[in-house]
Amino acid sequence: MTPTQENIGRLAFAGAALTSCAVTLAILGFMAVLAWPVFHSGKIWEMFTSPWRPEQELFGLAPMVAGTVAIAGPALVISLPISLGAAYFAGILYPGHSWLKRMVQAMTAVPTVIYGFAGVFLLVPLIRQMNAALGPGGSGMCILAAALMLALLISPTMILFFLNSFAMVPRAEIHAVAALGADPAQIFLWAVLPRAWQGMVTGIILSFGRAVGDTLIGLMIAGNAVAFPQSLLESARTLTAHIALVIAADFDSMEFTTLFVSGLLLYAMTGLGVILSRRVGRLKGAQ
Amino acid sequence: MKPGRLHRLFTAWAWTATLVLVTAMAIILGFLISRGWHTLTPSLIFGEAPIWEAVTLVRPVFDGLFPALAGTLALVLTAVALAVPLGIGAGIFLAEYCPPKPKAFFSLVFDILAGIPSIVVGLFGFSLTILLHQLFGGRIYPCLLISAISLAFLVLPYIIRTTQLSLQGLDPAVRLTALGLGATKFQNIVHVLVPASFSHILSGVILAVGRCAEDTAVIMLTGAVAAAGIPKSLFSGYEALPFYIYYISSQYADDAELARGYGACLLLLALCLTLFGLARWLQRRVSQRILYRP
Repeated sequence: MTPTQENIGRLAFAGAALTSCAVTLAILGFMAVLAWPVFHSGKIWEMFTSPWRPEQELFGLAPMVAGTVAIAGPALVISLPISLGAAYFAGILYPGHSWLKRMVQAMTAVPTVIYGFAGVFLLVPLIRQMNAALGPGGSGMCILAAALMLALLISPTMILFFLNSFAMVPRAEIHAVAALGADPAQIFLWAVLPRAWQGMVTGIILSFGRAVGDTLIGLMIAGNAVAFPQSLLESARTLTAHIALVIAADFDSMEFTTLFVSGLLLYAMTGLGVILSRRVGRLKGAQ
Repeated sequence: MKPGRLHRLFTAWAWTATLVLVTAMAIILGFLISRGWHTLTPSLIFGEAPIWEAVTLVRPVFDGLFPALAGTLALVLTAVALAVPLGIGAGIFLAEYCPPKPKAFFSLVFDILAGIPSIVVGLFGFSLTILLHQLFGGRIYPCLLISAISLAFLVLPYIIRTTQLSLQGLDPAVRLTALGLGATKFQNIVHVLVPASFSHILSGVILAVGRCAEDTAVIMLTGAVAAAGIPKSLFSGYEALPFYIYYISSQYADDAELARGYGACLLLLALCLTLFGLARWLQRRVSQRILYRP
């Protein structure tokens, strides 16, 4: 084979890597360019403080940011203890039995639209009946429904990250602590946790990113009302659902431009999450 | 706290959490299956049309999932055909050629790409459509090709990462033998390293297929529509299974349509779990070969 072929090969592989890299930056570039009118006109601060009232030329994204946090936050709060418990079950109590781990891995393959569908026809009617019995009424599409389904969606990510960081702890240390007569809880607290917490925090950050970035569950079962949510039983709209709902707007309108500000925000939030999780992963004591 | 009490507390917690998780999944699966199993007949897919006439496109299917299945198939094939050469090439570059400093940068960028929400990738595809629409005098509309390009970007990081990891995980003996016999680096990569990590790379591609088949947010912004029939070309609108499920959940007209929605859920779930199982099986085969090397 000639040196030319060697060089062509190298160039082709480098080209593929650069193209893939360019794609990531192009997505950011497209969002930034198309959101530019908002920055240019100085309306960017207004966008984070004003409400969403298109008929009054007010295009605030604040309710959507609040909705995103109001849904992703509780989802994380619900999912964390469950994931921690399940990871403790599969990684510390019964490390020899892998059925739970396999089930959790299979859960990562379940499409989010299916969680949404089950939410619409199973969870939402339940909450509607509960609401009707207790007083508040309404359609049942609310933050609580979305948060519950989202918790189920992000649990596998969290559990697998937890299990992975448990598995990275040197066996010798665990055996040493066990030989001193420690029970599983003590092994977890004194041998596993000091070594594994960085990996666990990484998992929590990335799961939160998944919760923020999910579209279908919020869109299908959170009700999509544009208002600052006051309780878990109220409807809310996430940034992602906002993009899906407003996409049909007139191309030249301010309304349409706000989509790209939403896109930029989501890009920034998940990008920062990734950078943060990489930082945490490299902290002292991490494997 | 008395010794042993903490252990009992943690154990109770672990059992409760596991029970909650398993029960929740069992309820969802049981609910979908109990409502949807009776729809699992050929008429779910082909409606009133005879199977052979539907498959050979002699007669269009109006009340079945056949157009959505065909759309998903066309979409997945196109997206993967675009993502695989790019992803494998980039993975090879990262594992075999790239110096450490740019490598750290690339891996950061690909981690960010992997974290971008799919709706943002969809929005990118949508703005790409507008750009192309203006460039080509209004002949480009949201279509199968735009969706496939966007989906390819979405799954690109998965393919890059599995390629890179499987190459880096190869046994040094495999890596050095051909070089020792006088092969060039390129020959070594093409004839030895990539074939040696083939099943691992394939498992990454299959996971990417599953991701393309299930994604809804990207395609709803870039060309999936409720009634398009069989996709006519890369530049036409199309139907897709996950979009059908989303659409039915809010727009179903009667019970028969809703029942088809449950059927579609079961089909999509079975498809995604099968692909996942296949990928896992390939990965397990690889790791067994590494563990039990003679």
